[in-house]
Formats: sequence, C-alpha cells, structure tokens
Amino acid sequence: MIIEIGHYALILVLATSIVQSLLPLAGTLRNDPALMAVAPAAATAGFLLTLFSFFVLTFAYVTSDFSVRNVWENSHSLKPMIYKVSGVWGNHEGSMMLWLLILAFFSALVATFGGNLPDRLKANVLAVQGWITAAFALFILLTSNPFLRLDPAPGEGKDLNPILQDVGLAIHPPLLYLGYVGFSVCFSFAIAALIDGRIDAAWARWVRPWALMAWSFLTAGIAMGSYWAYYELGWGGWWFWDPVENASFMPWLAGTALLHSALVMEKREALKIWTVLLAILTFSLSLLGTFLVRSGVLTSVHAFATDPTRGVFILAILIVFIGGALSLFAFRAPALKAGGLFAPMSREGALVFNNLILTTAAATVLTGTLYPLVLESLTGEKISVGAPFFNMTFGLLMVPLLLAVPFGPLLAWKRGDILAAGQRLFAAVGVGLALAAIVQWMHGGGPVLAYFGLALGFYMLAGSVTDLALRAGVGKVSAGIARKRLFGLPGSAFGTALAHFGVGVTVIGVVAVTAFETEHVVEMKPGATVSAGGYTLTFDGIRQGRGPNYTEESGHFSISRGGVKTSEVWSSKRLYTARRMPTTEAGIRTFGLSQLYVSLGDHMGDGGIVVRVWWKPMILCIWLGALIMMAGGAVSLFDRRLRIGAPQGARTTKAAARLEAAE
Amino acid sequence: MTRKQKRLAVIGGGVGFLLAAVLLVMFAFSQSIAYFYVPGDLATANVPPGTRIRLGGLVETGTVKRGEGSTVTFAVTDTIGTVPVTYTGILPDLFREGQGVVAEGSFAAGRSVFVADTVLAKHDETYMPKDVADRLKAQGVTLSGKETIR
Repeated sequence: MIIEIGHYALILVLATSIVQSLLPLAGTLRNDPALMAVAPAAATAGFLLTLFSFFVLTFAYVTSDFSVRNVWENSHSLKPMIYKVSGVWGNHEGSMMLWLLILAFFSALVATFGGNLPDRLKANVLAVQGWITAAFALFILLTSNPFLRLDPAPGEGKDLNPILQDVGLAIHPPLLYLGYVGFSVCFSFAIAALIDGRIDAAWARWVRPWALMAWSFLTAGIAMGSYWAYYELGWGGWWFWDPVENASFMPWLAGTALLHSALVMEKREALKIWTVLLAILTFSLSLLGTFLVRSGVLTSVHAFATDPTRGVFILAILIVFIGGALSLFAFRAPALKAGGLFAPMSREGALVFNNLILTTAAATVLTGTLYPLVLESLTGEKISVGAPFFNMTFGLLMVPLLLAVPFGPLLAWKRGDILAAGQRLFAAVGVGLALAAIVQWMHGGGPVLAYFGLALGFYMLAGSVTDLALRAGVGKVSAGIARKRLFGLPGSAFGTALAHFGVGVTVIGVVAVTAFETEHVVEMKPGATVSAGGYTLTFDGIRQGRGPNYTEESGHFSISRGGVKTSEVWSSKRLYTARRMPTTEAGIRTFGLSQLYVSLGDHMGDGGIVVRVWWKPMILCIWLGALIMMAGGAVSLFDRRLRIGAPQGARTTKAAARLEAAE
Repeated sequence: MTRKQKRLAVIGGGVGFLLAAVLLVMFAFSQSIAYFYVPGDLATANVPPGTRIRLGGLVETGTVKRGEGSTVTFAVTDTIGTVPVTYTGILPDLFREGQGVVAEGSFAAGRSVFVADTVLAKHDETYMPKDVADRLKAQGVTLSGKETIR
C-alpha cells in the first residue's frame, strides 16, 4: 500500500511540475502577480512530494520488500543497513529518483531563498526548473519506474553489485548530483533572462552563488569518485579517462569557466552573451553526461541496465532542452548590448584566456568521448580512445593555463600591467624552482619534465600566497596593519587564493604519482619480502574469513623500514555469495601524503600467491587539492556581497536594473 | 595600434589557439586510437607488429597457463580464429575460461603472439564486453549456458 502511495506521489510530482512550468510563465506574459506567485508554492510542493516518494522507495529497501521489482533486483536481506539505504540509488531507477530529488531540492531552494529576485525573473526561473522536473518525472514514470510490483513476491533479492557495496556509494552520487544538477539553476536563470530579454550585471550576481555551490559540490563529487575507484577497483589508478568520468568532468570544466566569466560580467558588465551561453552549455553537458551514463550506450560500472527506450527518451530530453535553449539564445543574443571595454592585458583579458582554454579543454574531452560512439554508429568500426589521447591533448592545454593562473588576480581590471605582475611573481617563480630543485636533490632520478611539473605546482602555491600578501600590503605597511588588513579581506579574495592553491596541490600530486610511482608484481610465499618506496613488505600468510554476505581470503603483510616494523596491512579478495562475484579489497597504508597499495592476485600452483604492490608518492595531494578547491568555493560563497539572501545588495541592483531598462 | 587592430590581434590569437588545439587533437587521434578486432578478423586484416589494438573474444577453455612469476598465457578465440596471448600482471577478478575478455596491446615481431598490457573482464558474471558480444553475435557464435548477450 505504502508503495502505491509513493508511486502516486511521483505522479503528483509530474502534475505539480507541469503547473510550475506553465502558470508562472503565463503570469509573466500577462503581468499577473497572482499567477507568478504560484511558482514558489508549486516548487516547494513538488520538492516535498518528491522527498516523500523517495522516502517510500528507501523504506521498501530498508524493509527488504522484495515484492517491489527494483528492490528484488538490487537488494538482499543480508546486506548491511548502510548499503540497503545507499543501494536505493545504486541502480538505474533509484539513481534517477535521486536526480529528480536533487533537482526538486534546488527548485525549492530558489523558491525559498530567492526572495530578493525580481518577481518576473524568479517566476521564469522556477518555470524553467518546472520543465526540467516534468521531463525527468515523465521519464521515470514511463521508462524507469522503481515502484513496479512483482507477483508473487520472491523470497530473496538478487543483491547489489558488490563493487557498489561501499561507503563511497553513500557519498559519491549525492555529491556528484548536487553539482551536476545544481547547474540546472544557472541554466534556468539563463533561459529566464533570455525569455525576458534583459540581462545585466545583477543577473551575474544572482547566478554566481548557484554556480559556486554547484561547482563546489561537483568538485567534491568528482574527487570522491576518483578516490573510490582508486581504492575499490584494486588497479591502483585514480583516473581512467573512462567516458563516464569524462561525463562528469566536462560540466566541471565548463562550470569552472562559467564561474570566471560571471565574475567579469558582474564586475564589468562585459562578456554577457558568452556567460549566458556558458550557463546553457554547462547544464547541457550535465544532461549529455546523464544521457551517456544512463542510456546504455556505454558499458561501464555506471551503466546498470540497457533498455533502448530509455536512451531514446533521454536523447529526446537532451535535444529538446539543448536545442530549445540554443535556439532561444540565437534568437535573443543579438539584442544584448555589449558591455565594458577592456585591454587584452587586464583582469578581464586573463579571465577570457581562462575561458578560452577551459572550453577548448572541455571540447577536447567531448571529442575524445564521443568520437568512438559517432564512428561506430556511422561506419560500424569499433575503436577506443584511451588515456594516451587525453593525456596528450588535455595535459598540453593545461600547461599555459596553470602558468597563467597566478597572474590573473594580480592584473588590474580594464588595463593591467603584465610586467609589473611578472615582477611581483618573481619570488613565486623562484620558490617553485627552488623547491623542485630540493626535491631533485633529496629524491633524485625520474624524468626532468617531472621536476618542471613540480615547480609549476609549487609556483602556483606561492602565487596564491603572493596574491593574499599583496592584498594585505605585506612589506608596505607594518605587520600589525597587514594582519588586520588580511583578516579584513573579502571572502571572495580568500576563496580565489584557496581554490588556486588547491589546483597547485592537485598538480603536485598528479605529477608526483605519474612520474615517481613504482609498481612491483611478484609471486610471494609466506616469509617472502618485497620493497617499495623505502619500505619492506613481508608476506605473513593467508587467512580465510566470512562477512555478512561474502567470504574472503586476506593476506597479511608486515611493513618495516630500516629493519624496524612500523605497521601492517591486510589485503583481501572477496567472493559475494548471492552473485558469485569476486572483488578485490586492496590493502592501503598511508605514510604522510604517500601510500603503499597492495592487492592480491591468483594462487600459484606451488603455494605462492601473486601480489601487486605500488608505492604512490604524494597521491593524497590529488584529492586534498580538490578539497581545498571546494573549500575555496565555500569561502567565496559566504562572501557577504554574494550572500543569496542579502536584501541590501538586491535593492540597489534592482534599482540599477530599472535604471538600465529606462535608458 | 588602433583599437580595431588590437581587436583583430585578440581575435586572431584566439582563432590561432583553437586551430592549434584542433591540430593537437588530430595528431593525438592519429597516435593513440586503438582499433578493435576479434581473432577471426586478423586473417584478413593486416595488423603490423607493434600497432596497438584491442583484441576481444572468449578465453579458450584449457589454455590458461601460468608461467614464470606473474606471466600468464591464454588463447582468445571467436571459434573462427584463435590468438595466443601473453600477459604479465594480475588478471582481473572476473577473468575465467570460457568467458568474454578484451586484451589491449600489440603483436610481438612475427605476429604469432599477442602481448597484452591490459586485460579487461569487468563488472559481473553476466557481463560481456559490448564490443565482444556484438561481434560474436554477428559471427553466429552461441555462448554456452546462462550467458545472455544483451
């Protein structure tokens, strides 16, 4: 019964979203405040209904109600509780429900915290959110309904894919979707503004917090997914350039570009048309990602099931929304006035450079991801575009961007002095090269290029510090005043410095792991040793064990350095009984920011076992850098000038908007 | 420079950058694309030694042999042709005789042995790499037992 109520609530979501998509729009066309006021109410109701529907599905999972087909296919009564809950979105239907829930959540956020928005804009934004909600609610109801029943109900479920039975599943998809779907708000703002035909600096000020929020979540979601793949798959890789990874990375690149171009638009009223286009493109890439992952055109751990009708349906959503948005854009964009002028060497110029490279990089990743699919559907030829392609293109494109990052914040708006900025960065360059030289002296070996990579990373760290120090006036004023000034800096200044610092940290991690990791594949019998990264691993033997829904064999290794035992690690292979599926649970030990990574292979005939040991120097920097970037986004978000509900800023910007309209 | 010249320089720079990126992408494609073959193709397709390809098919039953250390040899078949493969490293958890597999690597000199550096057999026991399933189905190979090809 409760299941049917949940199903019914989902149908009501479709109904409210249709109301939300039509009435407010009619309101703005007829200038009827009563109709416009429907939007927030409908958005909130839609969110509550989606939440209820989602809870019902979760309830079915928690109580192992196998009469629900979706639960039977993806759950098992012996599964630990946390995986029963996270397993709700560990399958196609459930993950679409999570998508819808987060979309409705963002609509409700706009409805609740958008009090300072002009009524017309708010009504239009929520109407566009309503269209997206309606499309996806319809998609779930018609092709991916999680509430279908089975009669008679089976006694036991088929269990969740063991790779997904991990805390990673509880964190990664919600974070990723908060980012992915969060960009829908930017999209809706762009479409709403195009419908109204009025876009000014205030628009950028309203959009930026949403873009920042979505970007921060997406950064965290991608980093979390990368770390999860790293420890769960047992291959020791942290990024595979898998199409599904690319699907989340492309919106991130476009979203990063959007954050920066919205800055120009907010401060200088320039790049209006481009910023609106980027807002559309970013969410279009999110939709494309959803299509790639959910339609079954790719085989991957994320493609749970293949059903052609789903692919066609999402493709239709994709074409309607992207095509519609771009047509509206083409129709309206020529009417937008170009904003402030600036010299090529200026803060604006630097941000344009940033946008040029980031969008080119996103286009490169898009080409590499779609080319095999397009080629196969046109000629039937099967090819694979792998890591070498992406490393060559993306890697090369990033070098000039990373070199330019510390320059950006040092250049003045309108007309900057690149030579002066270069002089101020002299110390940062020196610090970068010196630190890389120290690493070379202490570590030795490795390709020369790697040290330049490290120097680049250190230079970015020093560049961020330089930026803050210059703003605080270190060296020009007394230490006390400089400290006071530093703490008085706006949140966005700290946010910028932190985010750029985080990029530097990630660069250091990527370069160190790529250039200096060592891999040892050896056959070991109890008592055998292998050394990696200055540590010696001794294999002590195998122990059989049993978990709630799996059996496992674990190898025990003692880790010693200089003859002294410092720690130990277990590395296991599991066999999940319900699906007869084996998985590798790698043994990982952290030393500072570096890790030892041990995974077990096959038994040899003579009692030995194949063991794969990696030394991963500075690998934690990769994800630590992402966390710092995310923190930078959060700090920027709390900048008072950008606070979503700040009424002071709104009144002035509204007045400014009115002024512009009057002109 | 006049304002117009300046603007032209900026636009020219942007277009030049995009052109360079396009050339880079094309060069990278020519260097790093791996074509997919099943063993039956290899009699007619001329794949020179050292060219990187992906080889898909079934692991022939009874051919998996462990050699020195962690080197493994096995044969990949599509029932029309068979190719011997050597691989050094840990095989994926789901690697089994009679199951689908994709090996990535290149032929050693002489074209008789395929040296794989990556072996993929992922995800779950009913999973068959899509490329392999499509091609085997096209060649009329029926798979034994519960194996279903979607």
